[in-house]
Amino acid sequence: MSLQNNPHPHKKPLTERRWLMLVRPLIIVVALIATWQALVLITGAPKYMLPTPTDVWATLIARHDVLLDHAQYTIAETVIGLFAGAALGTLAAIPMALFSPVRFWLMPILLVSQAIPFFALAPLLVLWLGFGLASKIAMAALIIFFPVTVAFFDGLARTETGWLDLARTMGASRWRLLTHIRLPAALPAFASGFRVATAVAPIGAVIGEWVGSSHGLGYLMLHANARVQIDMVFACLLILCAFSITQYFIVDRILRAALPWQPDSLKPVR
Amino acid sequence: MRDTEQAPQQAQNPTNFDIHLSGARVAFGGVDIFDDLDLTLRAGSFTCLLGPSGVGKSTLLRFLTGLVEGDVSGNITCSNGGILRNRIAYMAQQDLLLPWRTVRENVELGAVLRGERPDHARAEHLIAEVGLTDAAHLRPAKLSGGMKQRAALARTLMEDRPVVLMDEPFSALDPVNRLRLQELAARVLRGKTVLLVTHDPLEALRLGDHVHVLSGAPATLADAITPDGQSPRNITDPAILAQQAELLRQLGADISTDYGAEAVS
Repeated sequence: MSLQNNPHPHKKPLTERRWLMLVRPLIIVVALIATWQALVLITGAPKYMLPTPTDVWATLIARHDVLLDHAQYTIAETVIGLFAGAALGTLAAIPMALFSPVRFWLMPILLVSQAIPFFALAPLLVLWLGFGLASKIAMAALIIFFPVTVAFFDGLARTETGWLDLARTMGASRWRLLTHIRLPAALPAFASGFRVATAVAPIGAVIGEWVGSSHGLGYLMLHANARVQIDMVFACLLILCAFSITQYFIVDRILRAALPWQPDSLKPVR
Repeated sequence: MRDTEQAPQQAQNPTNFDIHLSGARVAFGGVDIFDDLDLTLRAGSFTCLLGPSGVGKSTLLRFLTGLVEGDVSGNITCSNGGILRNRIAYMAQQDLLLPWRTVRENVELGAVLRGERPDHARAEHLIAEVGLTDAAHLRPAKLSGGMKQRAALARTLMEDRPVVLMDEPFSALDPVNRLRLQELAARVLRGKTVLLVTHDPLEALRLGDHVHVLSGAPATLADAITPDGQSPRNITDPAILAQQAELLRQLGADISTDYGAEAVS
């Protein structure tokens, strides 16, 4: 579509939208940092209460070796927990959708599991699985298990009945009905659950680190907080934010590329 | 695509058995949709089923596919023995194309679902027959409504079953595309035993060798109207228009002032 012959003059041309897409996050970040800096200047808050963005930036540069060393633990726990939780969620959703007895037995257990506050589980997981990676991976996996299971189960249960009828008249076996119709049809719903999981997975890892660990950004934040090194706490938070956002966008990009056929009313019209 | 210029073709494997439905009963929630219903589909003939919305046309068609579950009874027999269930191809009102598969992959779906190796050459031939060669690599989202129904027709033909059951397959199309698809269906389905559910009397008379009206609660079948000549018939033919008036009368329309088309459309 050329810019001269834009059939929708009220819509911005594509190149302009792309440019906005790149610049918009930058504007938001700059505005947030400026507000933060202004807040410190206006309130006169001391450094041990609320450090300025420049203080935090200085700490990020000066202590980058310590920060990166701990960040790699948190990132590993989050990513492994994410895939473990997604795999478990997938394995739970498929039999629940296919076999009603499994659904009747498993659904109440799933709902009860959500009634337990995860923070309360963290000390038990540390007790059972130790101070190492395992307890944090389990914590992250537990947190994302539910959104993935529910979203995927919902997708599997809502398969267009016309497709299933058609497949049955074609003589499809139960297995091929699953692999060729139900699973692909449920992938957009799975993708929605996985996106939510991607956003919340770091929370599980950090909670695990707070309760008991010797590594990770959660551990570092707790120790820095106890020593009133608030600039270090903010530096940890910034790294966590940057990692969460990056992880979300990578996952989102991969899912969009893998499911180009899924309906998306937010996609720009070309 | 210019279907009207195509010469009539004979099916390669014309269907050679009648289908008898006897004592059919379907009830939902204790309410009979139809009870003790009999219907015969003649070998290689095109039968159309008309009726008001909700009367049970689609249920009767789905009864033949074996897809209706619950309070169901009745016998379906084929005059040469064997069961009907494995001999039918089904085409619904919606195209039911899988959005993650291309047109070619959708046409080959049946073989894939049965774990067979798809006959690519035959798929290409059928895609060409319905005029979609240039769109064979596209996913359904890129197709128009008419193209999607043509792809669905190619998928139905790819099954190469002797019996084709169609549930209002052209009802969502604009009038011009509907006429084109009717011509195409009449040509490519010649020789097969077809049951078409429709709410359009003209469509039924254009395509059907036998046209039944299903009405009442529980629903009963009226004797068939049998239009002369080979389908697709000319819808401006006075004999066809007279039969349309008769069908509309059977459907309960008041045709004293006009043909009452609005009353049933």
